[in-house]
Amino acid sequence: MFFVFSPNVGQSQSFLIDLQEVINVGQINSITNKNAPNVILGLTKQMYSYASIKFVFMLKILHQLGEYFIFISKVFRRPEKGKVFRELYVQELWKLGVGSIGIIVIISGFMGMVITIQTASQINSGWIPAYLVGYTTRQSMILEFSPTMLALILSGKIGSNIASELGTMRVSEQIDALEIMGINSANYLVLPKITALMSIMPFLVILSMFIGIFFGYVICETVEIITPSDYITGIQYDFRPFDIVYALIKATIFAFLITSVSSYYGYYASGSALEVGRSSTKAVVYSSIAVLVFNYIITQMLLI
Amino acid sequence: MIEIKGINKSFGDNHVLRDIDVTFESGKANLLIGASGSGKTTLCKCTVGLHSPDSGTISYDGRIFNLMSRTEKKEVRREIGFLFQGSALFDYMTVEENILFPIKMFSNLTKREGLDRVNFCLDRVDLNGANKLMPSELSGGMKKRVGIARAISAKPKYLFCDEPNSGLDPQTSILIDNLIKEITHEYNMTTVVITHDMNSVLEIGEHTSFIHKGVMLWDGTNKEIMDAETTELTDFVYASSFMKELKRMKG
Repeated sequence: MFFVFSPNVGQSQSFLIDLQEVINVGQINSITNKNAPNVILGLTKQMYSYASIKFVFMLKILHQLGEYFIFISKVFRRPEKGKVFRELYVQELWKLGVGSIGIIVIISGFMGMVITIQTASQINSGWIPAYLVGYTTRQSMILEFSPTMLALILSGKIGSNIASELGTMRVSEQIDALEIMGINSANYLVLPKITALMSIMPFLVILSMFIGIFFGYVICETVEIITPSDYITGIQYDFRPFDIVYALIKATIFAFLITSVSSYYGYYASGSALEVGRSSTKAVVYSSIAVLVFNYIITQMLLI
Repeated sequence: MIEIKGINKSFGDNHVLRDIDVTFESGKANLLIGASGSGKTTLCKCTVGLHSPDSGTISYDGRIFNLMSRTEKKEVRREIGFLFQGSALFDYMTVEENILFPIKMFSNLTKREGLDRVNFCLDRVDLNGANKLMPSELSGGMKKRVGIARAISAKPKYLFCDEPNSGLDPQTSILIDNLIKEITHEYNMTTVVITHDMNSVLEIGEHTSFIHKGVMLWDGTNKEIMDAETTELTDFVYASSFMKELKRMKG
């Protein structure tokens, strides 16, 4: 419960309206805005304390979390028609998965080369075996780069794509058109995206691992920082198959987070084209944050 | 027939609809007229279930829509065709795919039968051969006609049109109005048309309801509207110079 005391009823009401605006719009700036009535800022300065802001933030986060889970419960229902779902699923596999192979090859290749060069340049002591360059490249690619960095890159590429697509459909009333037809629009539009990326992401991650490690080898062949045979020895050294399982589990969870968070922001976009742009930005920011938070949680759960 | 009784709807402190009672008759084009912001679209969205009314009932041929379960509502919605103000065509689909969409989702027709139905609907709205065009390649009037074709493709019992001739030239407007009237009679549908175009009222308004600041003020036919004595309605009807001149000539 939040109480507002003021000698003037009007001022209390203004403050509450201001708070409501913050909850609705999510702009903390509005309560410290120069445009806010000076008298309110003066009389109720203490009310604009850190605690109040924190309270409003908490409310907003809880509201959004609740809305997100309601959205997810709408998404995970039985599709209207299996045949239509399968068609959309294949389309999304192509668009989200196959359409991302180019960027994955480029980024993974360069990352593999850079990790190899950086590790080789750091390990110049005779006491440290050269094959550790291959070992480090392999472990970096498998444990962190391929699943996590790739997810962050895809949250930019796919997240903005999904949010702007759904946002445009929302503001141009295409989602309303689906609802009026009696179709569960969240299920029809979002479920194929989530399932498609969740099923293709592990393959993309494996591809990324392979490309990164391969380009590390190419660097050894061309730049001669270590011998290719040392590199080969390194990538075979102390291999634990569970690392691959761990990476694939992470990749699948990240795929769910990227598609569901982006879809949520796109689906609930409202107003104009400007709002579609904003929802697209939010989709990228929040899906990236979700990926980083869950990366920590999964790592602690599976590796410790 | 759609019966609306005692509908109230507020958004925060803004009381948009106040105790609305209206009946939309089957086999007729029922026009809902009123100034911008009077609550026409909100009433329409409450009727099809896009907004939940705060109180009151909406019944489709005796079936009370706003008290139904989600599954029952779905069944009713499949009997509804809706033409949006901006047409709301799926912009990643061709004209053919747009019209085929409701058929594909809700009927067991084969692909061939579905395409025959698409061609029939396109023929009905005079857009033969536009099958493979994308919505971005269509003019405003063509989009409205494709919207109508999509709305009628699954043979609905109820058709809602939200400002079907906004942004169209007078000739195309008349074409769209007549098309709505024809298909309403042809399929004996309950059609609800939201408009503030007096030409539409005079052309097709077999049953016209006037809403003002969220209150239903008048109900009648397009013949009766010229002689109505409700001040707000006469102000609305005779707002344009042309209508004022018509009134002067009349009498």
